[in-house]
Amino acid sequence: MKNFTKMCAVSALSLAIGASAAFAENIKIAFIDPLSGPFASTGTNGLHQFEFAADHMVNEQGGVLGGTEFEIVAFDNKISPKESLIQLQVAIDQGIRYIAQGNSSGVANALTEAIDKHNRRNPDSRVLFLNYAAVDPALTNDKCNFWHFRFDANADIKMDALTDVMAADEALKKVYIIGQDYSFGKAVAAAAVSNLSTKRSDVEIVGNELHPIGKVKDFTPYSRKIIASGADAVITGNWGADMVGLGKSLIESGYNGPIYTYYAAGSGITAALGESAKGRIRLIAQGDINPIGSDEARAAYNAFEAKHPDGNIDQSRIFNVIGMLAQAIEGAGTADDVVAVAKQLEGMEYDSMWGGKLFMRPQDHQIIQNMNVGVHTDENIEFDYDNSGFGVLTESTVEMASMDSPTTCEMKRP
Amino acid sequence: MELILVNIIDGLVTGLLLFMLSAGLTLIFSMMGVLNFAHASFYMLGAYFAYQISIALGFWMGLLIAPIIVGVLGAGVERYGLRRVHQYGHVPELIFTFGLALLIEELVQFIWGKNQMPYNVPDVLNFTAFSIAGNSIPAFKIFMIFISIAIFIGLLYILTRTRVGMIIQAALSYPRTVEALGHNVPLIFMGVFGVGTALAGVAGVIAGPVLGTFPGMAFVLGSIVFVTIVIGGLGSLWGALVASLLIGWITTFAKSYNLAMSDVLNAIGIATPENLSEHWLRDLWTVTSPQIADILPYILMVLILIFRPAGLFGKRHS
Repeated sequence: MKNFTKMCAVSALSLAIGASAAFAENIKIAFIDPLSGPFASTGTNGLHQFEFAADHMVNEQGGVLGGTEFEIVAFDNKISPKESLIQLQVAIDQGIRYIAQGNSSGVANALTEAIDKHNRRNPDSRVLFLNYAAVDPALTNDKCNFWHFRFDANADIKMDALTDVMAADEALKKVYIIGQDYSFGKAVAAAAVSNLSTKRSDVEIVGNELHPIGKVKDFTPYSRKIIASGADAVITGNWGADMVGLGKSLIESGYNGPIYTYYAAGSGITAALGESAKGRIRLIAQGDINPIGSDEARAAYNAFEAKHPDGNIDQSRIFNVIGMLAQAIEGAGTADDVVAVAKQLEGMEYDSMWGGKLFMRPQDHQIIQNMNVGVHTDENIEFDYDNSGFGVLTESTVEMASMDSPTTCEMKRP
Repeated sequence: MELILVNIIDGLVTGLLLFMLSAGLTLIFSMMGVLNFAHASFYMLGAYFAYQISIALGFWMGLLIAPIIVGVLGAGVERYGLRRVHQYGHVPELIFTFGLALLIEELVQFIWGKNQMPYNVPDVLNFTAFSIAGNSIPAFKIFMIFISIAIFIGLLYILTRTRVGMIIQAALSYPRTVEALGHNVPLIFMGVFGVGTALAGVAGVIAGPVLGTFPGMAFVLGSIVFVTIVIGGLGSLWGALVASLLIGWITTFAKSYNLAMSDVLNAIGIATPENLSEHWLRDLWTVTSPQIADILPYILMVLILIFRPAGLFGKRHS
């Protein structure tokens, strides 16, 4: 009996060692985003897309560097910069070299600073920051650093493309800008004001305000104010529950104009807005979903739907992150030397299955890509969001948007 | 001018919704001395249950059945949870309800996921009742007002005019005496807890389609409910009503007018400092009313606690 127990213990131990040895070779990517609280749905959907993209694009294709697999490790930052820094330290201590984050530029600002500091002090355990959605322009301008790569268009690029569409609307006279009270909301407002004043100086900005992020229970008072201002169009960078609340209350309160948005799709937003918002909500995004960018993308989307029946690919750039990282690691021939991987990423040109070519601009690590303005509708939708029958249909495209836009980034390279 | 009328209606809707939550909480507190941290979670459960029922049986059955399920759940929590913890004193009770709130949130995420549910206003009520200067008042909001007022009148009638109400009120002040008279006080406690949570359930059913049905909905409303009952006076139904309406109107008006602090200070004769961007009180000067709208109820609560610690309608002088 005693021998049997001993044998069990030994075999269990050897199994455990064997298992950990097999896992140790994986290239781990820490996903630090909200997985609880008001923005949990946005974070969780992002995580699902990361996990799927890693499996579908890398692991099922035989991995990188001759068989090494990608592994996504999730960390819940509760959308708090302070919590994110703790999670970052945990991730680094676990030997993770790649940090992915996207929700909230407030968090991204804290992370990029901490990572820069860490990499200077610890050359042996440097990490790369793969920013897939935090779009505060400062991250690739004043606060840029060698370790940060942004795979989404920044707020200025998006607003530039969005205001091109708005400026073409002759009837537009009055615009109301509303957003969440933090760096991103402020960046959207500033970009909207500067773009509109140069493209359409006759358009009056009748309101420009910020509301607390994630704390507004009922947007009705804001909607009343917007309607009273006589606005023909509303611009907002709101996301998550703040976007649903604002969109629903505006429409219910009798607002008749279009709402120009950054993130009004997926994560339950499309289903919640539904019929009432048809043809009213426009949003700026990268990636062709309807019509789909390629047959490869169609296959990927169908496989994703099979795995997550309730999920959406509402952030197709996540696939670009995985694809470009895999290509960079292959190019560098190593996943441990992040400087070599970063040098591969710099200036990389990549053909995205979601349509178009991507270019990682070397001077500021801002990706340059085609930007689409789409409309929330249920017509000609192949891939709907939230199983609602509604989705986003591309109406116009700006090719390689803001390719030559200026940057104040002065990057220090190791 | 028209906007004032619109805001009065909006504030009324917000206030009455808050009342339905705080009425149950204040009853439970006055009776059992328990601050139920999980109260807003029952509100969330109400919305989710109603959503689930509305898929199969329609909105109206949801309105009928969901609060009953929530009430039964609440009574069960009292009977098998709180009553056992009660003997260890108030702090374990607080911790119990706090843990329950976290548990319910996790359970909701586990069952329904983290996305917002497409729980919408029923088609019968999905039209504009009337509009004032381009501002529509949805019929559903009028419906919310009527439901809440009906509940208030019903509660007031039961508590002050019926035998059951008299026993509840007596058990509130002298539980031992009421027990000695042969009434089953633990049963009354369980009933009140059940009814209180069912009220929160009703609030969830009718607020879900308007404010959104998502796992964070309890969190955003949680603390404001406590503020309401403190302002109104712990245990007072009228207090809960007045405080809810007050908070509803204060926050609505503060948000829909961009009243700047600099204008207010200028009006009372303080000139704006010349180099504002350098001034040490810059943040105070540039603040606007929508930015502070959500903390106004908390400021009001602090003032009430200083000048009238028992609350507006509170009777306790212990």
